[in-house]
Amino acid sequence: MRYMDEALVTKRMSKRLAYNKLWRTIFFIATSFALITLAILLYRVVTQGAGYLNWEFLTNFASRFPAKAGIKAALIGSLWLMAVVAPVSIILGVGTAIYLEEYAKKNKINDFIRMNISNLAGVPSIVFGLLGLTIFVRTFGFGKSILAAGLTMSLLILPVIIVAAQEAIRAVPNDQREASYGMGATKWQTIIRVVLPAAIPGILTGSILALSRAIGETAPLVVIGIPVILQFLPTSVFSEFTALPMQIYDWAKRPQEEFQYVAAAGIIVLMTVLIIMNSIAVFIRNKFQKRY
Amino acid sequence: MKKWKYLTMTAVLGSALALGACGGGNETKDNNGSSNTGGNKTEQTENEDKLQGSVAGDGSSTVAPIVEAVVEEYAGAQPDVKVSVGVSGTGGGFEKFIAGETDFSNASRNIKDEEKQKLEEAGVEYTELQIAYDGLSVVIHPDNDWATDLTVDQLKKLWIEDGTEKKWSDIDPSWPDEKVVFYSPGTDSGTYDYFDEVILDGEDLVKSATLSEDDNMLVQGVAGDKNAIGFFGYAYYLENKDKLGIVKVDGVEPNADTIESQEYTPLSRPLFTYVKNDAMKENEAAYDFMHYLLENAGDMAGAVGYVSLPEEQYKEELAKLEALK
Repeated sequence: MRYMDEALVTKRMSKRLAYNKLWRTIFFIATSFALITLAILLYRVVTQGAGYLNWEFLTNFASRFPAKAGIKAALIGSLWLMAVVAPVSIILGVGTAIYLEEYAKKNKINDFIRMNISNLAGVPSIVFGLLGLTIFVRTFGFGKSILAAGLTMSLLILPVIIVAAQEAIRAVPNDQREASYGMGATKWQTIIRVVLPAAIPGILTGSILALSRAIGETAPLVVIGIPVILQFLPTSVFSEFTALPMQIYDWAKRPQEEFQYVAAAGIIVLMTVLIIMNSIAVFIRNKFQKRY
Repeated sequence: MKKWKYLTMTAVLGSALALGACGGGNETKDNNGSSNTGGNKTEQTENEDKLQGSVAGDGSSTVAPIVEAVVEEYAGAQPDVKVSVGVSGTGGGFEKFIAGETDFSNASRNIKDEEKQKLEEAGVEYTELQIAYDGLSVVIHPDNDWATDLTVDQLKKLWIEDGTEKKWSDIDPSWPDEKVVFYSPGTDSGTYDYFDEVILDGEDLVKSATLSEDDNMLVQGVAGDKNAIGFFGYAYYLENKDKLGIVKVDGVEPNADTIESQEYTPLSRPLFTYVKNDAMKENEAAYDFMHYLLENAGDMAGAVGYVSLPEEQYKEELAKLEALK
């Protein structure tokens, strides 16, 4: 006895294969669309900017002569900015996530808080800029300093870090917590010695990706009114400064065509910083990930 | 488990270092924190001419290239004076000037009455200084051979919002029966305000216009459409001469001579900076920088595509500044 009607299968098979091929092609085009756009963008930026990219470009201040223009103030400014954003946002973000996942009881108020943190992640960055201008720049009187900009950026990426940290903490199996309690550990000991170490890869990956977003954000800095024309380096978190995206934006707006190329060189620097940060995230994820 | 310890240690050390940097910041707060209010004291050593201190400015993106050039040169003359200038647009600059965050504010138009009033309410006394001329240039596509010479009335008829769809043939029946495509700087810019005031007498600009804060976008827009017309600062026309056609206004083409002599009227306009009187009086560095700015603005203006004021005008402006001290 035969279980298959071979004639029917053969008849349908070609149709099914064709159908499969069609969808495969559509999905492939969808994938290549993004990749081709990225490749064109990279090609344009690199061919335009590579000629202006040299050691002087990294060690000079901005200049009215495209050949002498450098990105020193912006690069150092962005690194200072990250030195404020990283500790503030990670400490607050991970703290919030630990509270929400380990301590908070499941009730309406906490559900409301959780929901709003997710909503906060969707607020446009310019709104955070306005918030920063009102609170940090004017009310607290920090001025257009690294501190004011750093706190604003921290608020901007905080929801992303909280959500990432929550996911990471939630992924730690309950068995581990119970085993820890069973050995007589307190809740605090369990969190600090069992849960956090297991969650750190996820937390750090999420945090670094969030920091990469902060380093490329322009809108909040524009709203705060970060200067772009300056010839000095910051000396403390209360110094005025400029950042990479601001400097690139300023160059791109210039009438002289050469400045478009200088802007492209600036983009290469910013992308290099971003790629380094993302690589660290990938490295941490691959190296320290534990599977249960 | 070792890996974790190592990683946690690195994280802790990392944040400790970063926090250390913040701690260091607190100690130096007195030097730099006060720069935000603009009224900080400067230390001047008796023997040397080297100043210390900080000066903050903001404002027009049109004026920015001149100021950038001056700041660059000034850093060579007074390396310890920290000058920082933002580019928030004329209106955005005044907002910060009113809030007391800046010592001077660059503008590509005169201060508005409402801004004057707000400054008065905030108790900020200011002085207007002219630093250069710009010729607001009306540009068309290079293939456009009909609209090369427009009168102010024709410009007004073209740019005003009157509810109709604008065609070139509305202005002159012999011109093509094609829709006009408008490109204008954004509403936050002094350039927009100036054009609106002198050409449209403050009435609404045509709604179909594409507005952009980035003048290079306007250049691209006009260069890419035969029926396009746009306007922006002279420097942008100068740099893109090969891609654009220029419109003579009442028969006069904008160039260095016609702009300086004010023959190119009404679109040649002075560029300003507004200084806070208190800052000039109390902040040695701010006064010194503004002095340097007025002394060098003429040369720098020429270098970056603008037109310098007549020599006597700079003397007048310098006298105004010196009276503040």
